[in-house]
Amino acid sequence: MSAVMTAEAPVAEGRRIGEVILDLQGISLSFGGVKALTNISFNVREHEIRSIIGPNGAGKSSMLNVINGVYHPQEGQIHFHGSRRQKMDPHQAAAQGIARTFQNIALFKGMSVLDNIMTGRSLKMKCGLLRHALYWGPAQREEIAHRRKVEEIIDFLEIQSIRKTPVGRLPYGLQKRVELGRALAAEPSMLLLDEPMAGMNVEEKQDMCRFILDVNDQFGTTIVLIEHDMGVVMDISDRVVVLDYGKKIGDGTPDEVKNNPDVIAAYLGASH
Amino acid sequence: MLYREAGQFKTSYSADQQIFPILQDRYGYWVILAIFGVLVPMLASAYWLKAILIPVLIFSLAAIGLNILTGYAGQLSLGSAAFMAVGAFGAYNFRLRIDGLPFLVALILGGLAAAAVGVLFGLPSLRIKGFYLAVATLAAQFFIVWVLVKFPWFSNNASSGVITAQDVVILGYHFDGPQAKYVLTLAVVAALALAAKNLVRTATGRSWMAVRDMDVAAEVIGIRPMRAKLLAFAVSSFYCGVAGALYAYTYLGTVEPEGFNLDLSFRILFMIIIGGVGSIMGSFLGSAFIVLLPILLDNVVPAIFGNALGAGFASNLQLIVFGGLIIFFLIVEPHGLARLWQIGKEKLRLWPFPH
Repeated sequence: MSAVMTAEAPVAEGRRIGEVILDLQGISLSFGGVKALTNISFNVREHEIRSIIGPNGAGKSSMLNVINGVYHPQEGQIHFHGSRRQKMDPHQAAAQGIARTFQNIALFKGMSVLDNIMTGRSLKMKCGLLRHALYWGPAQREEIAHRRKVEEIIDFLEIQSIRKTPVGRLPYGLQKRVELGRALAAEPSMLLLDEPMAGMNVEEKQDMCRFILDVNDQFGTTIVLIEHDMGVVMDISDRVVVLDYGKKIGDGTPDEVKNNPDVIAAYLGASH
Repeated sequence: MLYREAGQFKTSYSADQQIFPILQDRYGYWVILAIFGVLVPMLASAYWLKAILIPVLIFSLAAIGLNILTGYAGQLSLGSAAFMAVGAFGAYNFRLRIDGLPFLVALILGGLAAAAVGVLFGLPSLRIKGFYLAVATLAAQFFIVWVLVKFPWFSNNASSGVITAQDVVILGYHFDGPQAKYVLTLAVVAALALAAKNLVRTATGRSWMAVRDMDVAAEVIGIRPMRAKLLAFAVSSFYCGVAGALYAYTYLGTVEPEGFNLDLSFRILFMIIIGGVGSIMGSFLGSAFIVLLPILLDNVVPAIFGNALGAGFASNLQLIVFGGLIIFFLIVEPHGLARLWQIGKEKLRLWPFPH
């Protein structure tokens, strides 16, 4: 799929890009004297694939951490689904339907694939301690109902054969896939993916791209993607925002970004 | 194993989520329970029941408690013995001060008292991890024993803090012989072990393991690490507390606060290291190992060396073997006997054709 087609893809595939659901205005974040993000504004529309790119240390992961509440920006406003967000912790972000994966795999190493993905449904499980201890009636029914949903995700990601394997034993590419599964298990409305294809070979990247597009297409999940592989980013993104040294230097469709002189300068170096 | 899961197809998720998915394992479990519940009390001598089986069961329960906290939730604790003391003195005081309180209710209340104290001393875990937390729980160990000695109210003004457990009566039946006490202990331990297994295989256990393995990721998917950690402290201390109450009521009969010292905490820690960190069955294996090993050495060493070595050396040898085994397990198999059992099962699954 060429970049030119992608710009029109939403219409062609019938995927409807909706209203702005996440609006970040003037976000600044610093750790002591280090400014990680300076006055960054951009928005994310419903159902779109929004990429964040930039050189190492540009503040991309910090941006995701701001969106799901791990970091609290000193300045700026975040509007999510129309309401202004005050300081929130990751738990609240999860409750509002934001799920994410991590740059360095953050799976629960000692647990099986199945259990890892089941943790993704924690927020939807209501039974308490005593019912779990008895494993009777509601607790058992709940476990089985959620197991069914998790099995759907396992089918979707084609990892049926490893469902009982401890994730520590899996190769890297599969671990990344399981982590995507865990995020999907929460049935998020917005999915933040932090370098889902880092360190993968071509086949694994193709698989992952397919899964990301399928998630976006079948479930209508809004995706915010950080990725270094420009081919992938330009191919699958609807819009791209470019960061460099914590500042926004470009924003727009892949084509616009590709031809933006500031972006070219940041990536290739400018001739002075 | 000489049997395999071949031919046993699961057609429902409930069948796949059983504790023992293989039919033979399920039978094996019931057979073992029947042996220990029916045959052993009929056949075993009073010495075996009183000095070996009852303490093994009680320590298993305490080890399950510590395993929930350390093995599943990843919070290191050196205060298990102190929480046992809270359970023992709690149950004693509840029975002493409330007339006609049924024994099992007192047992649960003792456990709940320990749970409350456990949550209190678990609060530092919200800020600190690993060794530093271990030191914080060490404070619990010394502080609780000190309080129980310092304030005679807890031991009903007994001169040295020694309490004598009241008779164990359930529905008018007096549990005074070793058989009866053994069966009671077994029933309580079996029920609580099953509950623990259920906890660790459902959402509660997953939240503990998630916090253990990667707390930031756990928070991002909607688990509250604070809640999970404190819950682990509460449940763990409850188990230790019930174990402590049983220690007083069905094992020793008279206990003093100093009996629940750091040594005991370490023994329970060794049990889970040797038995298997993060395994309910490992708690039983580790407890049996630690209780039986000294007895074995006591019998074997004189048989081999006669009296040439002297009593002092024999007890030192015990410590040497102990220390050696712990180092062995830490290096060779950090997941303990339970892991060895699992590896053996996986190997036997293919035996005798390794491919």
